[in-house]
Amino acid sequence: MSVFTEETRARAREIIARYPADRSRSALLPLLHLVQSEEGYVSPAGVEFCAEVLGLNKAQVGAVATFYTMYKRKPTGDYLVSVCTNTMCNVLGGQEVYDTLSEHLGVGHDETTEDGKITLEHAECLAACDYGPVMTVNYDFFDNVDPQAALGVVEELRAGGRPMPTRGARLCTLKEMAVQLAGFADERAGAVGDGGPGEPTLRGVRLAEQHGISVPGFDPNTPIRSKEAEAQK
Amino acid sequence: MTTPRPETLAKLTPVLTKRWLSPDAWRIGTYEKLDGYAALRKALGAHPDDLIQLIKDSGLRGRGGAGFPTGLKWGFIPQGDGKPHYLVVNADEGEPGTCKDLPLMTHDPHSLVEGVIIASYAIRANRAYIYIRGEAVHAARRLRNAVQEAYAKGYLGRNILGSGFDLELVVHSGAGAYICGEETALLDSLEGFRGQPRLRPPFPATHGLYASPTVVNNVGTIASVPYIVLGGAEWWKTMGTEKSSGPMIYSLSGRIANPGQYECSMGITLRELIELAGGMQPGHNLKFWTPGGSSTPLLTAEHLDVPLDFEGVAAAGSILGTTATQIFSDQDCPVYATYRWLEFYHHESCGKCTPCREGNYWMVRVYRRILAGQGTHEDLDTLLDTCDNILGRSFCGLGDGATSSVTSSLQYFKQDYLDYIEGRTAPKLSDKQLVGAH
Repeated sequence: MSVFTEETRARAREIIARYPADRSRSALLPLLHLVQSEEGYVSPAGVEFCAEVLGLNKAQVGAVATFYTMYKRKPTGDYLVSVCTNTMCNVLGGQEVYDTLSEHLGVGHDETTEDGKITLEHAECLAACDYGPVMTVNYDFFDNVDPQAALGVVEELRAGGRPMPTRGARLCTLKEMAVQLAGFADERAGAVGDGGPGEPTLRGVRLAEQHGISVPGFDPNTPIRSKEAEAQK
Repeated sequence: MTTPRPETLAKLTPVLTKRWLSPDAWRIGTYEKLDGYAALRKALGAHPDDLIQLIKDSGLRGRGGAGFPTGLKWGFIPQGDGKPHYLVVNADEGEPGTCKDLPLMTHDPHSLVEGVIIASYAIRANRAYIYIRGEAVHAARRLRNAVQEAYAKGYLGRNILGSGFDLELVVHSGAGAYICGEETALLDSLEGFRGQPRLRPPFPATHGLYASPTVVNNVGTIASVPYIVLGGAEWWKTMGTEKSSGPMIYSLSGRIANPGQYECSMGITLRELIELAGGMQPGHNLKFWTPGGSSTPLLTAEHLDVPLDFEGVAAAGSILGTTATQIFSDQDCPVYATYRWLEFYHHESCGKCTPCREGNYWMVRVYRRILAGQGTHEDLDTLLDTCDNILGRSFCGLGDGATSSVTSSLQYFKQDYLDYIEGRTAPKLSDKQLVGAH
């Protein structure tokens, strides 16, 4: 008896249909996200499910699942807290943030608190160096964090709250996020619109606006040169 | 904070970042009011070959790091070969320091979608994929929403705007692997395999996705296309330098007053960029910086006036890369910074080739020893020797990139290494910290 519901099977069919008919293996990464959305990690049953729907063997699926960091190999908490400890965030204080959380939660890298709420990990560059040090909860950003702010976020999460990310959408659980990673729209009202650009994102363009700078000579009706028309001349 | 001088402000070229000021530009209605999809209508009225020529004429070069001429790449796709063609957008932004594609996709996703449709029409592709970094969830949300909106408006799907051109576009999330930013590893990943690089040749232009002709372009490259279609190649070339045309989004991070994204004419210098960013943070003096991410050799305060275009940075012994300028001061340690980058390359090495897999493993250990105050003079030779065996001997650029900060930091800051080895600098790593680092 499979742990996967009929809804998951329907979603799997939808994922496979995105790719050319004879190229269904392209659906493997989204399918692994999908099984993770059901179980919180890629379990042996999840591997078997992917293998079954794609006509692969379990070794082929397992080899892929173990290659990628985002596929977890043991059960995870509701919230994955990732602290960037790559060079820039690190020198700006990211290592202290990670060390503080690790000590406070009593868990190390890729470990989950006993209450099943939080999985902690140190992450490599999260592509937000202008907001460093950063951490993410289920991959949505909390910017310019220090140990105190980070503790505040995890404490609120453990108390059942859902602090609003600095940028990005209101939080959901890691399992819910995995549905989006499998390629499905975020159906929560307003979630797509959450999170306007922060100041660092806008710095250059705002500076240009303040000083009335634009690129001169832009004419959207500039014709596209036609080789054929020129040959006829 | 002092106001930048007018001549420096004049280097700002808000083109790709301009719509970010409109909070709703991610919605199709707002996008359309801001010139959105006008380029698509115009492009569909032109012959695809004329579009390829237009991009060649503009001098547009890839924004993903390598700077390959985009029009040339498109021109390599064999036409009339009877095979399906593919456009794949590399949105797997993950090079340490790099943070320009995520804001673009989050705040102006339709510009990428529109660029995808035009580029696909030019190379005669009826399927396109945007391979987006898994962790980039909010950018993916906005992008998926934009694709849905574009389908509903008839900009995607069958017979786009009555032109007879069909295009299916899928946003495909990765799963956490830096190596997938390497284009052939990305293609393997998109085909459902481990993301490991392929032997080249054959190149993706003839044997790419599903062994068919494929163009792989970066987000910024494709998002530039609608502007070139609208404003023309000559207008595009009013920005930048002769060989490095157009605007570029410089991502400034670190010890400056105002970190952030600054879109400027290519060829601006770090001195000018720091001026735009309000100067260094109080009490910090520039010591070292990356011109384009962690895979580009470090530069120093001596290089403040190097033009940041493809040629200028190469002449200074580094690489323009992704124009991710990470700025470090005299309060930051180049040995520790390099160590942290090496931890990254060690973690992200796909394991396919020996030089990268083993070389980074060993170099991380040598660095830990040096930083724990247990290094020897011989360690420095070992590091250079290891780099010699990685650079040019690795299967792909990941291994080559790993050596950049090692050799350049040893070139410019050997004294900092010697200070650890000879006991003048207190050990930076304790056993406790080593536990947190894998």
